[in-house]
Amino acid sequence: MTGDEDGVFFLTGKDFANAGSASSNLKGILEKRGIPAEIIRRASIAAFEAEMNVIIYAVAGMMHYTITPERIKVVLQDMGPGIPDIGLAMQEGYSTAPDYIREMGFGSGMGLPNIKRNADKLTINSVVGEGTTVEFVISLERSGR
Amino acid sequence: MTLDDIKGILGALALTGRGDMKIDIGRAYCADLMSDVLAFSITNSLLITGLTNAQVVRTAEVADIKAIVFVQNKRPDIQTIAMAEAKNIPLFVTELSMFDTCGRLYERGLRSQMGQTV
Ligand SMILES: Nc1ncnc2c1ncn2[C@@H]1O[C@H](COP(=O)(O)OP(=O)(O)O)[C@@H](O)[C@H]1O
Ligand SMILES: [Mg+2]
Repeated sequence: MTGDEDGVFFLTGKDFANAGSASSNLKGILEKRGIPAEIIRRASIAAFEAEMNVIIYAVAGMMHYTITPERIKVVLQDMGPGIPDIGLAMQEGYSTAPDYIREMGFGSGMGLPNIKRNADKLTINSVVGEGTTVEFVISLERSGR
Repeated sequence: MTLDDIKGILGALALTGRGDMKIDIGRAYCADLMSDVLAFSITNSLLITGLTNAQVVRTAEVADIKAIVFVQNKRPDIQTIAMAEAKNIPLFVTELSMFDTCGRLYERGLRSQMGQTV
């Protein structure tokens, strides 16, 4: 499959039983398109970290993806508390996650840095008390990275 | 080192039925923090962990990890095992501690992806 393709997954806050299923589905879609494994891995890791953040911190949200021959774009939009200081949130190790999240293996403050490391472009917009939008792009062109 | 070798070295029990026990595992990574696994593990490696929730299997899936060993006899619930089975990620459980699990595999030549210059 080589044309443009897009879709959306709905996410529910604190729904840990299904947490990660959107990223898993996205991974399957990328595999069907025959995208190289290393690029799929980067996209899946970034999507999974962003999805977990919606599940952990927000009330609800959605993951919207668009795939073209040139790039994979993933937008996670949530209704939630928002991020007061995005610069601080981007720092490795910074986390406001409660203890029960840490016990699940998350909340080490590496999620947003992991997204940045795996994406070619990352944009975060957030309004405190309303929600957060995380958008990342991964290039599919050889010169992309 | 194959999955069969690893199972033998650790005296581990397979929790999943499918999957090729002859596949070669080149590298291993050990952590209880899934973001660390996502940041530092490499593809086709073995994950050694003391966490047993569903997110561990999700993490393995997105990071292209080949198999998971749970230490100290910790077992995931049946749904998590079923998910791993569906995604073709073999799960093992050993009675050994995290320290002994890593130690025995290291002794037999398994390494992480990081430089082993020291
Ligand atoms: N979608 C979100 N809504 C609200 N806050 C968020 C969101 N994503 C991240 N954050 C904030 O940014 C911090 C850092 O996020 P991250 O790097 O993923 O680390 P972690 O999730 O391990 O704490 C979080 O602890 C949280 O305070
Ligand atoms: Mg996070």
